[in-house]
Amino acid sequence: MSATTAIPNIVADGDKLRRQLATAERDGHFRALGLIAPLLIFLLLSFVVPIALMLSRAVYDPSIHDNLPRTLAALQGWDGKAIPDEPVFAALVADLKDAQTNNRGPMIGKRMNYEISGIRSEIIASASAAADMTAPPYKDQMLAANDIWNDPATWIHIRQAGSAITPFYLLSAFDLERNDAGSVVPVDPDRAVYIEILVRTFAISLTVTVLTLLLGYPVAYMLANSPVWLANVLMILVLIPFWTSLLVRTTAWFVLLQDNGPINNVAHLIGITSPLKLIFSRAGTIIAMTHIQLPFTLLPIYSVMRGISPTYMRAARSLGGGPIYSFVRIYFPLTLPGIGAGCLLTFILSLGYYITPALVGGASDQMISGIIADALNSENNWGKACALGAVLLTATLALFYIYNRIVGIDKVKLG
Amino acid sequence: MQGRVWLTAAALAVALPGIANAGDKLNVVSWGGAYSESQNKAFVEPFKKAGNDVTTEDYNGEIAKIRAQVESKNVTWDVIDIDTQTALAACAEGVLEKIDWKKLGLDRSKFIGGNLQDCAVPNIVYATVLAYDSTKFKDGGPTKIADIFDLKKFPGKRALQKNPFVNLEWALIADGVKQSDVYKVLKTKAGVDRAFKKLDTIKDQVVWWEAGAQPPQLLADGQVVMTSAWNGRIYDAVKKDKKPFVIVWDNQGFDWDWWSIVKGGPHTDTAYKFITFASDPERMADQTHYISYGPANKDAIPKVDKDVLPSLPTAAENMKTALIVDVKFWADHGDALRERFKAWLAK
Repeated sequence: MSATTAIPNIVADGDKLRRQLATAERDGHFRALGLIAPLLIFLLLSFVVPIALMLSRAVYDPSIHDNLPRTLAALQGWDGKAIPDEPVFAALVADLKDAQTNNRGPMIGKRMNYEISGIRSEIIASASAAADMTAPPYKDQMLAANDIWNDPATWIHIRQAGSAITPFYLLSAFDLERNDAGSVVPVDPDRAVYIEILVRTFAISLTVTVLTLLLGYPVAYMLANSPVWLANVLMILVLIPFWTSLLVRTTAWFVLLQDNGPINNVAHLIGITSPLKLIFSRAGTIIAMTHIQLPFTLLPIYSVMRGISPTYMRAARSLGGGPIYSFVRIYFPLTLPGIGAGCLLTFILSLGYYITPALVGGASDQMISGIIADALNSENNWGKACALGAVLLTATLALFYIYNRIVGIDKVKLG
Repeated sequence: MQGRVWLTAAALAVALPGIANAGDKLNVVSWGGAYSESQNKAFVEPFKKAGNDVTTEDYNGEIAKIRAQVESKNVTWDVIDIDTQTALAACAEGVLEKIDWKKLGLDRSKFIGGNLQDCAVPNIVYATVLAYDSTKFKDGGPTKIADIFDLKKFPGKRALQKNPFVNLEWALIADGVKQSDVYKVLKTKAGVDRAFKKLDTIKDQVVWWEAGAQPPQLLADGQVVMTSAWNGRIYDAVKKDKKPFVIVWDNQGFDWDWWSIVKGGPHTDTAYKFITFASDPERMADQTHYISYGPANKDAIPKVDKDVLPSLPTAAENMKTALIVDVKFWADHGDALRERFKAWLAK
């Protein structure tokens, strides 16, 4: 831009021109950076930092490491079989005394309870017992105070939980745990749940994506090829639900799908006597999610279709291609970038669905986000919530990577 | 790129309501619905009249919302109405104020369950009861907890709380375990297996509820014929909306709700004043006009209207077979049982 003013100097001084050009370019860069800075900072604060914090919580839990430091140090030389000796007990009593003063006993109890169910209140009781102990030998006193200290398993699990960087939560996200010997084993089948829910989440998302594509593609074609006035009317019909809150639409489906709701009433009128199982079922979840996601798949396809010149199809037909052959060989391949964009958008958004399965789905239709919310809100197990979040994020990125390798993200077009 | 902008816009839309306003007032947070309404009438409105600026908010007992405020040092909730297990967990997490009973000026021994928690003041006692729609059972409805599991005599969908809590106890009792042995049996693997096996028998007929307002709604919609519910919610539906619902006072789970103060909030002193105010026998007795929960302050019970008394969980007639929820058992074994329950539900 500013190069035009510098033209007369070319002959006189090439270096000066180069400097001026460089300055102008640098200014341009700064200006561009200044313009995107608010968004960049916003993304950094609202997106990158929280995700990084979340990922760190999945593997970082210092609650035992920080609260039983002396015990952990004393346990270093322990053989892992016999009940430890006096020095370890002395360290334990010292740690528990501190814990009692700072009210950290429940915290230790909470973490140890993940390892050994039911040990929480024993630890809290031990901490208050330890606070009253004045002189050694502590081993006898602690053994008398609580049976848990007479069990090598307690000590093994203290040592396992003792490292601040722990695989515990990530393992549990894959239905795995460490046994007393320290090796990784599957959890009891009664408790195994997360892999199943993860697979289910991907299966539901895939189903919804395919359904929105099947339903959305013809509509997009119609929108792109109708007269303008009709296309506008149809577009509004697509956009109004798109602009309506997700919660409102989900609640509407909740009403529609009920056993005594409008859909079942109509079914009853046409002779279906037993109510269709729509609410609290997989079918209901998929119906509601497909409805909500439809515009996300449809709109990118539509805008790509709008850009396809009708002359291509005419050319194909005039060269002898039948309608189906021309569509399959000419039109459809041209819409692929839109299909790619729409499906990817719907699939990734579907992975995070939470409200809809919770309201319209049954207990066996819950998706991973609902389970993460439970871990956060009611179980107070943020480590597990973060581990599940990390697994979901990794799986999504992996899929995105595969998609990119097969289809190529540069071929995706939103319009 | 455009896709990312969309996602950012969506993230922004989600984040915006979270930007809370920080004013110089007391913010009281409770469970919503008929329960919050009763608290507003009995405590919040009179406290406002006494010259305090009070706002109210609803939540669903999510401990995460409390933790997030304390950890980000942006506490906007002052007083919260909290359930037993969440209060224990939040107290252990160090996100609740340790209650100074001297500062409250209250006699701790006057409160039912007053010594059970360090960070909470008992507020009401409630019961998780079995309730049904009497129009659905022309020849007499369920009369005992075991009837939940009797699909032959009482066919139809039933709703239960989406939580192992009370459900496991009921399953064992229905399976013939003596009430006094329930927690002893539940401590064993065989006992837990037995409870889940009993629940298996009705699993495909159960609708799971999460919020307290759901059970009366599910009954009213005809979506279920019977449900577990918090007794006050059913009472409210009967009294206010004239619903034909009946409460079965058998082995109902007897539990507490509590007032707690979120740690590090800007209005701790006002919060103490509010709890003292709301623990006054007159105020507590007044609350029973609006919802049938038992006042936790024993002094309030003589002041309760005679016609309300029989509807309270504390009434002698209702207490006959009450199942006192073992707070310590659930604190210790809740993690493992919830895990197992979740896996069971998912299958």
